Amino acid sequence: MLEKMKRDWFSNIRGDVLAGIVVALALIPEAIAFSIIAGVDPMVGLYASFCISVIIAFVGGRSGMISAATGAMALLMVPLVKEHGLQYLLAATILTGIIQLIFGVCKVAKLMKFIPRAVMIGFVNALAILIFMAQVPHFVGISTLTYLFVAITLLIVYVVPRFFKAIPAPLIAIIVLTAASIWGQFDLRTVGDLGKITQSLPTFFIPDIPFTLETLQIIFPYSIALAIVGLLESLLTASIVDDMTGTESNKHRESRGQGIANIVTGFFGGMAGCAMIGQSVINVKSGGRGRLSTLIAGLFLLFLILVLGELVVQIPMPVLVGIMIMVSIGTFDWSSFSYLRKAPKSDAVVMLTTVIIVVATHDLSKGVIAGVILSAIFFVAKISKLEVKRQQTSDKIKYDVTGQLFFASVEGFVNSFDFTIAKKDIVIDFTNAHIWDDSAVGAVDKVVIKFRENNNHVTVVGLNSSSKKIIDKLALYHDTNAQLKAH
Amino acid sequence: MYKRILLAADGSKYSIRAAQEAAKIASLVPDSSVEILFVADMSKIKNEVLHSQDHEELELKRQQKLMPVTEQLSTQNINHKTKIIIGDPGPAIVEYANNEKVDLVIIGSRGLNSLQEFVLGSVSHKVVKRVQCPVMVVK
Repeated sequence: MLEKMKRDWFSNIRGDVLAGIVVALALIPEAIAFSIIAGVDPMVGLYASFCISVIIAFVGGRSGMISAATGAMALLMVPLVKEHGLQYLLAATILTGIIQLIFGVCKVAKLMKFIPRAVMIGFVNALAILIFMAQVPHFVGISTLTYLFVAITLLIVYVVPRFFKAIPAPLIAIIVLTAASIWGQFDLRTVGDLGKITQSLPTFFIPDIPFTLETLQIIFPYSIALAIVGLLESLLTASIVDDMTGTESNKHRESRGQGIANIVTGFFGGMAGCAMIGQSVINVKSGGRGRLSTLIAGLFLLFLILVLGELVVQIPMPVLVGIMIMVSIGTFDWSSFSYLRKAPKSDAVVMLTTVIIVVATHDLSKGVIAGVILSAIFFVAKISKLEVKRQQTSDKIKYDVTGQLFFASVEGFVNSFDFTIAKKDIVIDFTNAHIWDDSAVGAVDKVVIKFRENNNHVTVVGLNSSSKKIIDKLALYHDTNAQLKAH
Repeated sequence: MYKRILLAADGSKYSIRAAQEAAKIASLVPDSSVEILFVADMSKIKNEVLHSQDHEELELKRQQKLMPVTEQLSTQNINHKTKIIIGDPGPAIVEYANNEKVDLVIIGSRGLNSLQEFVLGSVSHKVVKRVQCPVMVVK
């Protein structure tokens, strides 16, 4: 136990501290930009990022993974903040945490395997598109200078890392361009126009909301969506970090950890968050492996807020927009285009449907749910293709059934037989088939009894043991006088 | 002689040609062995994880990429094994070759994505510059 703690925390001190500092620097622009997306003061995202990283450092299941305020979560909150305000968001954050904690205890992470990758690809693509769309009002049609600043930011974030990697490029863009706009006194919108920054430590308080059923009705739909999306992105990120570091993680502990982190964050005035793919990759690439990296990221972020608070409000919006465009380009799965061509048609449709529903509803959880349902339907359709082959010998007719017999395939099954046959010996062979449910048994009954009506002699052969079990339990045809009943 | 040969491969046609050369050299040296090193690029892992249902499928896909390379060696009965590490290809190959003190590194001149090689500066160039043993770059 003590050994494990030592390994989790102190096996990579130098790498963790350096990577943590890099991550904290990279978190600032994102935390501010995501707050602006959600429609709250930058402090809400900054406090959230600080709280979540610090708490997750202790309770998370994946060491070296960075969790903070994220775009996926911010996008879900927009209507709640617009209609009901910050206090409801904080309450929803706490409830999100409670739901995630329950998910974690119930080991819901296991259900992840039912989410097809087409849905996950759709999820990240939709996320990228939404993040980009959220930037549009902040730069389109404002001024030429705005476009120029966005362009320079993009140039810096893409070109500088080729030559200089020690400081995250987005931060370089922020420092250089904020300084330029202050000295040049350019007429640009700044973060300060959209919210205020307070240089103080977050404090504990209970959200100022009426504790009524009505409040619960307002926040619950948001909380459940936040809980699902947060968990999904966190577990995807955990898999990525697992693979990058060649180590394993405890997904259930991570689910519980995300819950605890969000509960605490809500009480300290932060918005709900989850694991971040981009930041976690930065952390691992910068040498972060242990829990210490996550802790340092949070603590250093708080230090920066306290020291730099006044400067943050002067950051020109076009610079943040540029950084968010970079984030959305990095989030988008560019291999999706070749995926659309190469993957099975049904997978491509599932992926596109997920994207379209998310973009139309601005709700990632709805897209995921629709994607999962659609792929389940496709799966049923695919597996319900059943083949019945007829072989005729002198006195016998043999039907070979191949495939899965269940509620979705019974109709095709029954229609494949020729019921005009009379006075013959008929064998139905189920060697290559499986009988799954009550409807399937009913179909077998129907076929056998219909054949018998024309004085045929019917034998059923080749049932595997579980098919035989369900037939023995439910079928009527063993009774040679059986009549068709309502199945 | 070249007893321990490191073949840095990514499954591209250049790395297959490099494997052919590795097989030629290894067949000349008794009890030599070829180690095929594949570096899974850290910045592509997000994409790989996203396109695989689980970890096993991901590992399998990487092994499959190397299949044409290993085939070159196994058809000639060359003693070989495969090693997959994660990192930034250039520096990762250099570090591995230097730590393991191999006798010879063989690498293809280009990778899977020639455009990217052009933009980012080539992996083989880094390897030639910084590996401490002889390096053979195969065209």
